[in-house]
Amino acid sequence: MGRYRGYLYAFLAHVGFVLVWHFAVVWSGVPKFIMPTPLDALRELFEPHYNWGTHIWVTTLEVFGGFTLAAVVGVAMAVLFVWLPGANAALMPLLVTLNMVPKVAMAPLFVIWLGFGIVPNMIIAFTICFFPIVLTTYRGLVEVEPELINLVKSVRANRWQIFTKIQLPGSLPYLFSGMKVAAVLAVAGAIVGEFIASDRGLGNFLLIQQNMLNTGAMVMALILITLIGTALYGVVLALEWVFVTRKEVAK
Amino acid sequence: MTAPFIRIENLRKVFRVSGRELVAVQDVTLDIRQGELVSLVGPSGCGKSTVLSILAGLLSADGGTVEIGNAENPFTPGRDIGMVFQKALLLKWRTILDNVMLPAEILGLPRRETRERARDLLQMVGLGDFAEAYPQQLSGGMQQRAAIARALVHDPKLILMDEPFGALDALTREKMNLELLRIWRESRKTILFVTHGIQEAVFLGSQVAVMTAGPARMADQFHIELPEPRHLDVKTTEAFGAYARRIYGLLGLS
Ligand SMILES: Nc1ncnc2c1ncn2[C@@H]1O[C@H](COP(=O)(O)OP(=O)(O)OP(=O)(O)O)[C@@H](O)[C@H]1O
Ligand SMILES: [Mg+2]
Repeated sequence: MGRYRGYLYAFLAHVGFVLVWHFAVVWSGVPKFIMPTPLDALRELFEPHYNWGTHIWVTTLEVFGGFTLAAVVGVAMAVLFVWLPGANAALMPLLVTLNMVPKVAMAPLFVIWLGFGIVPNMIIAFTICFFPIVLTTYRGLVEVEPELINLVKSVRANRWQIFTKIQLPGSLPYLFSGMKVAAVLAVAGAIVGEFIASDRGLGNFLLIQQNMLNTGAMVMALILITLIGTALYGVVLALEWVFVTRKEVAK
Repeated sequence: MTAPFIRIENLRKVFRVSGRELVAVQDVTLDIRQGELVSLVGPSGCGKSTVLSILAGLLSADGGTVEIGNAENPFTPGRDIGMVFQKALLLKWRTILDNVMLPAEILGLPRRETRERARDLLQMVGLGDFAEAYPQQLSGGMQQRAAIARALVHDPKLILMDEPFGALDALTREKMNLELLRIWRESRKTILFVTHGIQEAVFLGSQVAVMTAGPARMADQFHIELPEPRHLDVKTTEAFGAYARRIYGLLGLS
């Protein structure tokens, strides 16, 4: 299948989904406060008193901030584990155990420790999404053909050369697959943070509108959250294209 | 007569695996002259790769001596080794040219000249048009040619090849054998070539060394006197068959 035909199919599927949603609501006669049509939801976007701009901005900051922090700390930690096998032996199992702690359940504690606001929510997003980055990047860094190591060692490659010329570039595909998982989790983390305690953000807005049974605005908030996540995912895909895919597809 | 380029005498290597000792190389003695292509054959697990690793300076011997280099051809450890394995082991994010450059980069050789040299080598192995391609665009045989160019880029004195054509189909393998002989003639490198193929060993080698397992040791080594340069039809000659039978005999296969 041609590339453009692929894009066309993907676009048609999205349009199709919206159409099915619309007509399912219209034909079934479900009341608007139970399930609005896409148009009902979209109309809410033009209600100035909802302060959409602020909410979008706050949630975007939390998602992108938490994710960036996770990417930086995650990669740094994976590199540390590779350079210090002792740290890896001690800390990796601990990390696996800590990862089992449901981060969602920790959010109330974070509120006690950090109060509420953008930064605490960033940190919740960070804790929820950094583990896959550490794990996949570490795997990528250590997964090198032993014979390739022998080959470069036969000309006395030092650890730094092996790291920069083989391990680090070799780990990039792994890093990006970890980041794709993390992008989804970062959104969930930020919204959970806003659910637990917040005064702004799309998650906060969702809860407030729920009290008023304002389903249209809730669905619109959900769409916006999805768009933020999609934008983050798009950034990751773009970086992956620049650093990995571009070099692996036939010209 | 000049001194041999490589002298291996009573080489012994023991691995300690969970408290138990495993004799990987029992008693290997082998002389190789400068510019020779020596085939090393033997059953799986008899220690061929271990011998190569010791020559490459990646493992230390537990007994015996290994000397490389002579008066006319001094050898610098950690510098004068080129290696080719069964897998091409090309870095998939580098172009073929940049892959070939890798050992030169590690050694810190001047970039401009080595680029020239890498291009010439790609030409020599028949990949002149693929310098800017990426490995996944090349067939297995082409990747292996790139790996051979990479082993030559820093102009090492000794090339160690560990079953380099073992993963190729029979036809490509025959072709690569001819290519290797040509490259060897043009570069006059000393090559130690590990293979499981007895025909391949006889066809390529100016000398064949046969190792046996349990205990791992050198069974025999002898020179191959066949008309040079070698063509594929030499394989049908009586002399070729006699050499092959001799190896089969040493390996207990006849
Ligand atoms: N790093 C190691 N640690 C422990 N044992 C090893 C190690 N490397 C090799 N051995 C053992 O030493 C013996 C010889 O191994 P080697 O790889 O040299 O054999 P080989 O002749 O190259 O075999 P093949 O033809 O299958 O490649 C084998 O029994 C192997 O299990
Ligand atoms: Mg081997």
